[in-house]
Amino acid sequence: MTEHDGWFAGLDPGDTESAAERVRDGSADGAADWPALAVDDGFADDEAEYYERLHEATMAAARAGVHERERADDKQLIHAVRAMDDCERTANELAERVAEWAGTRFDDAGTGVEYARELADREAEPADPSEARLLALAERTAALADEADELRSYVEETTPSVAPNLAAMAGPVLAARLISLSGGLDSLAKQPSSTVQVLGAEDALFAHLRGSAPSPKHGVIFTHEYVRGTRPDERGSAARALAGKLTIAARVDHYSGDRKPELDAELDERIATIRGTDGDGSGAGDGESDEDGGSAAAAGGDGQ
Amino acid sequence: MTDLPAGVERRAFEGSERLATRGEPHYGEPTDGEWRAWNPDRSKLGAMLELGMDTGLAGGESVLYLGAASGTTASHVADFAGPTYGVEFAARPVRDLLDAAEPRGNLFPLLKDARKPETYAHVVEPVDAIVQDVATRGQAKVATANAEFLREDGRLLLAIKARSEDVTRDPADVFDDALDELESTYEVLERRRLAPHHDDHLGVVATPR
Repeated sequence: MTEHDGWFAGLDPGDTESAAERVRDGSADGAADWPALAVDDGFADDEAEYYERLHEATMAAARAGVHERERADDKQLIHAVRAMDDCERTANELAERVAEWAGTRFDDAGTGVEYARELADREAEPADPSEARLLALAERTAALADEADELRSYVEETTPSVAPNLAAMAGPVLAARLISLSGGLDSLAKQPSSTVQVLGAEDALFAHLRGSAPSPKHGVIFTHEYVRGTRPDERGSAARALAGKLTIAARVDHYSGDRKPELDAELDERIATIRGTDGDGSGAGDGESDEDGGSAAAAGGDGQ
Repeated sequence: MTDLPAGVERRAFEGSERLATRGEPHYGEPTDGEWRAWNPDRSKLGAMLELGMDTGLAGGESVLYLGAASGTTASHVADFAGPTYGVEFAARPVRDLLDAAEPRGNLFPLLKDARKPETYAHVVEPVDAIVQDVATRGQAKVATANAEFLREDGRLLLAIKARSEDVTRDPADVFDDALDELESTYEVLERRRLAPHHDDHLGVVATPR
């Protein structure tokens, strides 16, 4: 019946799903007067009806395409946040080696990545072959720390477009860690909030399930100001409330993608209640995770 | 000054005359009843109209919009034009483009690469105008690749961004090269820098050879 490559060729007019697929995957060698052809084919009664169906099909196709593309972006984000952690950890280990070695040669030897950077920036000619090796190692260490910083900026930039609500509530780095720990935004959206609460505390959780330890109160979400900044006897409640809202944020991000600022407001209110509202001044945080220092690692196995 | 397309008017917003179209607000622009201001600083086509370039647009024509982005300009075009096909390849802005297209039955969002017209030729009809604002290398090539969609007497309304081609070269040289490349397919009718609205951008009106 139809002898053309139009997106509607042979389609049932009511079948928006197949129409959207055609719009996405189809192709043609050249444009044609599709509205007239669609009327000839009986796909639409007139041009107005054709444009109505075209609108429906292109909207559905673009929506599905955006979802799919952004889901693919979450996989890139997972690699980036894991690489960031690898670079940071490795830079720290190498910085320790540099410090230990430098201690045998320089009186003013310091410690940490900062010292490795300082050593790497020295313009002086190495005094002997072993100092040359030491300085080269310091350079590599500094470069690795730079890469960790670059990866962190990339994560901070990318997370809000992959998961706008989760990123706003958790801060981009913690949001990326949660996505990474559950393997993707789609699987994070399917987790119960009790699982999200202890993501990253698997060792402690399994110790508990074996019967040898109390249940962990929080995993990586410990880095969030709302958990860390709440006094210890209320931290379990704060972690539960936070995990609940983060789970909802992840679901909104995965299934609709719209930004819903009211979620943050609900969480702020809940945490204020847990902390006893106008009580202590410790909770002045802005609701984002504090990512400096090694707090993420420290949160890993909190089983108490 | 040449005529504006039907559906585009100069109206007073907060005391100053500005271009405006009728439609749902999309990006927080000022409104006056059903009219909404069209900011030439945020829209290359808006700047071309503001600067009095003869776009040949009369209102109601079919349009292929390449580089629709989040729909700032595309929404205004759909307000005064007929069927408007909005092609954009980046997923994030298409989310906003979808919001612009929702209340506009004549704006059709297409998540497609403007460098590959065969991937949307099965959807797009021959059009009266192509509006192009793509911020990638090879902007002239995109225009020639899409010439097949343009009717014989149609208009290409192109904004060339110098920095997208080569940040280090003099914009004037970049524009000359792009126009040379266009000449094989199009006859250039008018060209003009889009300053002060957009730095290092050249507005071009052309018609198929």
